Amino acid sequence: MFLDVQDLSVSFSTRRGTVDAVRGVSFSLAKGETLGIVGESGSGKSVSSYAVMRILERSGRIAGGRITFDGIDLTAMSDREMRELRGREISMVFQNPRAALNPIRKVGHQIEDVLRRHNRATRSTAKAKAIEALRAVRIADPEARYDAYPFELSGGMCQRVVIAIALACDPRLLIADEPTTGLDVTTQKVVMDLLAELTKSRGMSSILITHDLGLAAEYCDKIVVMKDGAVVEAGDPKALFADPRHAYTRRLIRATPRPGAEVGDLLEPPAPSPVRPVPGAPLLQVRNLRKVFGRGASESVAVDGISFVIREGETLGLVGESGCGKSTTSAMIMRLLDPTGGEILLDGRPLTDTPAAKFSRDPRRGSLQMVFQDATDSINPRFTARQAIADPIRRLTDERPAGRVEELAAQVGLPLTLLDRFPHQLSGGQKARVGIARALASRPRLLILDEPTAALDVSIQAIVLNLLAELRAKLGVSYLFVSHDLHVVRLLCDRVIVMREGRVVEEGTAEAVMRAPSDPYTRSLLDATPMPPAAIAATPALAKAAE
Amino acid sequence: MSATTPETRERGFLDHVIYVLSENPITAIAFALFATIVLVAVFGPILAPYDPMESNAARALQPPSADHWFGTDNLGRDVFSRVLIATRLDLMISVAAVALSFVVGAAIGSAAGYWGGWIDAVTGRFVDTIMAFPLFVLAMGIVAAMGNTVENIIYATAIINLPFYARVARAEVRIRRNAGFAQAARLSGNTDIQVLAFHIFPNALPPMMVQISLNMGWAILNAAGLSFIGLGVRPPTAEWGIMVAEGANFVVSGEWWLAFFPGLALMTAVFAFNLLGDGLRDIFDPRQRT
Repeated sequence: MFLDVQDLSVSFSTRRGTVDAVRGVSFSLAKGETLGIVGESGSGKSVSSYAVMRILERSGRIAGGRITFDGIDLTAMSDREMRELRGREISMVFQNPRAALNPIRKVGHQIEDVLRRHNRATRSTAKAKAIEALRAVRIADPEARYDAYPFELSGGMCQRVVIAIALACDPRLLIADEPTTGLDVTTQKVVMDLLAELTKSRGMSSILITHDLGLAAEYCDKIVVMKDGAVVEAGDPKALFADPRHAYTRRLIRATPRPGAEVGDLLEPPAPSPVRPVPGAPLLQVRNLRKVFGRGASESVAVDGISFVIREGETLGLVGESGCGKSTTSAMIMRLLDPTGGEILLDGRPLTDTPAAKFSRDPRRGSLQMVFQDATDSINPRFTARQAIADPIRRLTDERPAGRVEELAAQVGLPLTLLDRFPHQLSGGQKARVGIARALASRPRLLILDEPTAALDVSIQAIVLNLLAELRAKLGVSYLFVSHDLHVVRLLCDRVIVMREGRVVEEGTAEAVMRAPSDPYTRSLLDATPMPPAAIAATPALAKAAE
Repeated sequence: MSATTPETRERGFLDHVIYVLSENPITAIAFALFATIVLVAVFGPILAPYDPMESNAARALQPPSADHWFGTDNLGRDVFSRVLIATRLDLMISVAAVALSFVVGAAIGSAAGYWGGWIDAVTGRFVDTIMAFPLFVLAMGIVAAMGNTVENIIYATAIINLPFYARVARAEVRIRRNAGFAQAARLSGNTDIQVLAFHIFPNALPPMMVQISLNMGWAILNAAGLSFIGLGVRPPTAEWGIMVAEGANFVVSGEWWLAFFPGLALMTAVFAFNLLGDGLRDIFDPRQRT
């Protein structure tokens, strides 16, 4: 075996004692193979790979087990020998390409660094080799890009540069830790295809660490599924997805949104999906809405004349990739931002007659609320969950926070004992519940859900989506569900609009848009989303397309 | 990430303080020094073995001994008593000055960081104007123009420290201006002032705590410096700066204790405040608490 990890244990010493992050994990990898390590956050999948690279943070140490790389025991190597190995023999692609690149140095120089560190280039040849490395990752016009700074490149481009750095010294093992998280689906596909092709053509072995079952199934030769620091299941992706042995794997596969599944089907065991309220009278009307940022030469049109209607009790999906204007649109509807042109009507009355800066005192403030994308960022770090939920009650309603906070917490399924914790003491799913409870506190009529599950694990996403469906049935509130993922949007939405470059390119019922997209862009969005084989098998139309 | 139930929260904070102090012995030393300084400032007059003003020509310029731990000065006053008594005055000047510049600086800086635009431009230039002067010379000028009183030393010290708070506050508020929790606060019906005061500003406090502690040391040094050159507190008041200034004349003739001990007190105070910063930040940042 090329890489053989046997019985690996990693522990971290914290102020509350030792935490065993990885407990007796074994996996192996042959030359030229791609191994997928799949798991949710906290499963120890990243820590295992950091242990292979020996880049654990200071409080962490390899407590036991052996890591053999091409016959060498990595756990016995000195730090100096390890430094020689990193980059030359084993290299790594990190999750956030912008954080992995030095923001104030030209990308070309950053590639040169690794080349010269491992004596692959001299001062005179470095530039040519760096440009060669950029060309290898298919960056158009590499000579010009050599002089670019990371901020001048898109997320996908930055990730290509990171890949170029990782591959610059022709390593024999590449570890990719969530390489496409945070990238758009279409970009994800391009980056993953590139990675797969480059590793294959160079005969490299690679490890893909991901939370996305579909991605792992599509690009890996074998898969290990991790949970709580241990491997629960390993094997060939096809067999594993067709016949998952472990209950956890089954739950993961079940929780992945897929064609044909209702929102209740994502739960283990499947639950009946909550009833969808019948849409009533128009609640919110958006007419020819425009937003232009900047002036003169730097003018950029973020939203270019869009119109739609949301009815009482209806859920509208707003789908698009980053930069399509969906966040600007929701900020304008939420009255955090004044539009440049067009109308937003609530119950037929224009919302824009109160400017955004004064809207916090408008009586309609409580009717329009929002659940934010990143629950961590959207809760004041110095507020406990109770304070966060009580804030809108105190400001927007005549009710007393005592009692109402508990009522809301019960409604969103947040255990009352957690109310006095700070956000950093809560898990992602718990923070999402706090965010939803806070948004519901003022009894809104329209709730904007801005990628409410984007930062969550799939099993938590399934629970949160069901919670949202239940709340809608119980409270009759309308949703505007903003997301990049059509498969998630479909689970909740009656109708969907697809945005691109500030315009609506497609509109229709969720089923129709998914089944027969009229716009090529919608088609490419649907195609780029990786699906686990089981999900494909469950849908005849997709199975045919896959063959 | 273990449980913190309501009843254990107060206890949790105490545990956290103890943890921070035990994890970082230097912080513990700084806190011990700080506590000593505060105690001396409060109880100085009770602790002092002699009247700091009482001169006694017969005992002038005696070296440190069991009777006079720090020796006596040229008028026969007990240096130890004078160093103790001076603590209150020096600490009061620096605390008042730092509090004043913190309040004003934080208000100016937060407003500039939150609203930007012309408020930022105007306050920015105002702060730049202060920074354009050599700060100690500016303080000298203010005291010379306004008169030689304790209040004026406080105002002068506050003015020259103000830019640091304004800049830190501006930067810290600015990066949080459009953070998710600030947006969420707006949706929760908070007006701009409320968003700034109750949501954004408290999150900017930890780095400002560091600034406060560094500044305290600097403010003490500044007040003593003004007195040293004769622009501060006037003799015969016991004050470290004056004592060093007066004692400096005697160092050449061998009576080193006159200047040495008040200088040592000054150094200890500055040292303690500078070390305090990191510890304060760790204690006031809730995220450091697990």
